Amino acid sequence: MHIMEGYLPIEHALGWSVVSAPFLGFGFYRLSSRIKEDSSAKLFLGACAGFAFVLSALKLPSLTGSCSHPTGVGLGAILLGPATMSVLGAVVLLFQALFLAHGGLTTLGANAFSMAIVGSFVAWSVHAVSIRVRVPVGAAIFLSALLSDLATYATTALQLGLAFPDSQGGSVVSTARFLLVFLPTQLPLAVSEGLLTVFVINLLGSHLGDDKRFHGLTGVAR
Amino acid sequence: MKTKTTNVLLAGATVALSVLPLVCSRPATGEAFSGSDGQVGAVIEQLRPGYRLWFSPLWVPPSSEIESSLFGLQAAIGAGALCYALGYLRGSSNRMKDPNA
Repeated sequence: MHIMEGYLPIEHALGWSVVSAPFLGFGFYRLSSRIKEDSSAKLFLGACAGFAFVLSALKLPSLTGSCSHPTGVGLGAILLGPATMSVLGAVVLLFQALFLAHGGLTTLGANAFSMAIVGSFVAWSVHAVSIRVRVPVGAAIFLSALLSDLATYATTALQLGLAFPDSQGGSVVSTARFLLVFLPTQLPLAVSEGLLTVFVINLLGSHLGDDKRFHGLTGVAR
Repeated sequence: MKTKTTNVLLAGATVALSVLPLVCSRPATGEAFSGSDGQVGAVIEQLRPGYRLWFSPLWVPPSSEIESSLFGLQAAIGAGALCYALGYLRGSSNRMKDPNA
């Protein structure tokens, strides 16, 4: 889902940065007030940021014969809430843009929107709705990480489709073409991401006992 | 099912999902197991031939070896943070069960 440096025309690059800024600003405010309220929150912030760092560094082979990577934002969105996690996701993207030439500074706004913001809010909403309709916790977590991963890549396809409309079919056709690049490869990886997220939440949960700070296991984070 | 059993199954399924493609999928045209992020460039070239990239990365890892070691570093930092948290939680929950330990 990384749109590479310079791929988006300048007005699209700027536009997505403007769209992402208020989300990240609010997320940063939530993040800092959370740390002030409860210093042990840092532990969960570290765990969730760590998970996103690992997963977005792993380019995994898929059944289509291409490689792609999971995003790892589902875990943090469920445990910390979507606004906070979107900041951590953006930090991952910044790291990769600066040190790996993967993604880019001009496309940081667009990439942050798809992975950090859409990814987090989709994970959080799917989890919230699933818990509300009494889906078992494990299945709810699996589903929200899976759909968050797919939504991220679908957003990237839409961003590219809007920037490069097909000469006949317009943005609809071009978006479909980019979806075709991403989604078949991404589907098995999204399943892996769902499984891994449940795995890590199980590990975290098994050492927590009845610690109520860990909202995501039973309820819904703010 | 016990959490431990579930986790073994979850980990096994994840590994299988990444190993299976290596064994049984035959890559379509082009380079085997190339990145889908990179395939975007070819589609852009078809949709708008001659599109010029207007910005290039400030710094590019000088070789693919260095790039892969930086990706490894990213994963290591992440795993370090995650496992520090897991170890910390495990340690404190053990202490709560047995304060004299």
